[in-house]
Amino acid sequence: MSANFIALKSLLTKEINRFTRIWLQTLVPPAITMSLYFVIFGTLIGERIGTMSGFSYMEFIVPGLIMMSVITNSYSNVASSFFSSKFQRNVEELLVAPVPTWIIIAGYVGGGVARGLLVGCIVTLLSLYFVNLNIANLGVLLVSVLFTSILFSLGGLINAILAKSYDDISIIPNFVLTPLTYLGGVFYSLTLLPDFWQGVSKANPIVYMINTFRYGFLGVTDIPLVYSFSIIFLFVAALFSLAYWMISRGYGLRS
Amino acid sequence: MSALSIKGLTKTYKGGVEALKGIDLTVEQGDFYALLGPNGAGKSTTIGIISSLVNKTTGAVEVFGYNLDNDLVKAKQQIGLVPQEFNFNQFETVLQVVMNQAGYYGVTRKLALERAKKYLTELDLWEKRDARSRELSGGMKRRLMIARALMHEPRLLILDEPTAGVDIELRRSMWDFLQQLNEQGVTIILTTHYLEEAESLCRNIGIIDHGTIVQNTSMKALLSQLNIETFVLDINPVENDVSLSGFETRLLDDHTLEVDVEQGHELNTLFTELSKHGITVMSMRNKANRLEELFLRLVNQTR
Repeated sequence: MSANFIALKSLLTKEINRFTRIWLQTLVPPAITMSLYFVIFGTLIGERIGTMSGFSYMEFIVPGLIMMSVITNSYSNVASSFFSSKFQRNVEELLVAPVPTWIIIAGYVGGGVARGLLVGCIVTLLSLYFVNLNIANLGVLLVSVLFTSILFSLGGLINAILAKSYDDISIIPNFVLTPLTYLGGVFYSLTLLPDFWQGVSKANPIVYMINTFRYGFLGVTDIPLVYSFSIIFLFVAALFSLAYWMISRGYGLRS
Repeated sequence: MSALSIKGLTKTYKGGVEALKGIDLTVEQGDFYALLGPNGAGKSTTIGIISSLVNKTTGAVEVFGYNLDNDLVKAKQQIGLVPQEFNFNQFETVLQVVMNQAGYYGVTRKLALERAKKYLTELDLWEKRDARSRELSGGMKRRLMIARALMHEPRLLILDEPTAGVDIELRRSMWDFLQQLNEQGVTIILTTHYLEEAESLCRNIGIIDHGTIVQNTSMKALLSQLNIETFVLDINPVENDVSLSGFETRLLDDHTLEVDVEQGHELNTLFTELSKHGITVMSMRNKANRLEELFLRLVNQTR
C-alpha cells in the first residue's frame, strides 16, 4: 500500500469519524428541515399550486431539496472541519508530515462529499414517504450530485483557508449560498420567470446543478445538459486549482 | 553527515519584523543539542522553518542531507516535532491522535498499532488510549505529543519546550525517556527555559538572541567560560558587614552572606577567611544555575 494511499485513508477516516461522531448536529437537522419542507411546501401548499413542468409540485421540488441539502452539508462540513483544524492548530499535523497537497484536498473534500451524499440519501429516503420517485437517468443523477458535492466541498475548503474567525465561515453560507440556492430553481421552473429574470438566473451556477439533478429524476430540464455539466466541471477545476495553489503556498496556514 | 545544517537562514515576517538575521547552525548526527534564547529570540521561528510550518525568507536548511527546497518529502520523513502548544484534536482519543499521525507518514495500520502500544506504554499513556485527549492532564498532553512525534520513528526529534508546566517528577521521567531515545541514535534538538534541563541533558548548545546565534559550542566549553561562581552562605548571625581578603562579599541580612569565587580560587581559602572572622557556615548553595548565569550574561551583552 503506498504511503499516499495510507495518508488519504487516514485523513478520510478521520473526517468521516468527525461528522458521524456528532451526528445529532450533522445528520439529524437536515433530515428535520427537509421533512418540514416536504410537509409544508409539498403537501400543504403544493396541492394548491398544481403542476410544474408537467409534474406534481411535490415531484418537482424533491430533487431540488435533495440537492440543496447536499450543497449545504458538503460546504459546511469542510468549512467547519478545516477551520477548526486551523483554529486548534491540528492542521499542523498535516503540514509537518510528507502529505502532498492533493491528498490534503482529497481527504477534506472526500469528507464533505461523504456527508453531503449521506445526507442526500437520508433526505431521499424521507421523500419516499411523500412521493413516488422515478429515476429517468441514473448516470446523470449520480454524476451531477457527486460533482456538485465536490464543487461545494472545495468551496467550503477555500472559505476555511481564508477564514480568520468562526464568523467568516458562516458569512458565505448565509449571505451567498442560501440566496443562490433558493433562487436556483428549487421551488419553481425558470420558465415561469420573465425573460430578463431568466437571463439573470442563468448567472447563478446553482441553477445548472439543480436542473441537471432534476433531469436525473424527472427527465426534464430548463437548461441543456451539456451547458450544465460544462459549468459544473469548469467550477470544480477552477476551485481545485485555487485550493491547490493556496495550500501549496501555505496561504492562511504558514506564516 | 550532519543531522541538521542551516546556512544563512533569514526570516522577515509580513509586518517587517526580522525574526532571523542569517543564522548558521550545524547539529551532528546523534547529538543532544540545546537551542536556547529569551522569548522572541527566534527559536520557534527556526524550528517552524525546519518543520515546514513557517516559510523562510532566504537561506538553506538540510536534514540528514535532504534539502527542504529540493527533497521536502524525504526531509520531512526524518523529522519528528513536539511543538510548544498542544495542537492535537482535543475531541479525538489518544489512540486516534497517534494513529492518524502515523497514517500521514504512510505507516501501515498494523505497524502503527505496534508503535502506538510501544510508545504510549513507555510514556505511561497506554491505559488512557481510549480517553478523549482533552480529558488528559497537562503532563499527559505533553507526553502524548512526544508519542505522536515518534510514530514514524524520526531520526531527528525536535522538542520545543517539552517540559513547560510539567511537575519535577514527571520532568525527570521525561528526561530519562529522551536520554534513552538519544542513546538509541535519535538526534535531539531541545528548546527550554529550564536551563538546568539543558545543562543536564545536552552535549552541545546554541544560544540565539535577536535573530542571531550568539553562541554555538559544546556545553563543556560554554560552562568553562564561567569564571565567577556566586555562593550563598547561611551563617551565624553577624552585626557588621563582612570583608574577606580576595573575595567579593555582600551581606544580605544578618545571617545570609553572598560570596563571589573566581575560577582558580580554592574554597578552602574561603573557609579559612571565614574562620578568621569568626563566621560559622551552617550551609551553602550556588546562587543560580551555572548555565543560567552564563545565559543571562551572553544575552545581556547583545542588548
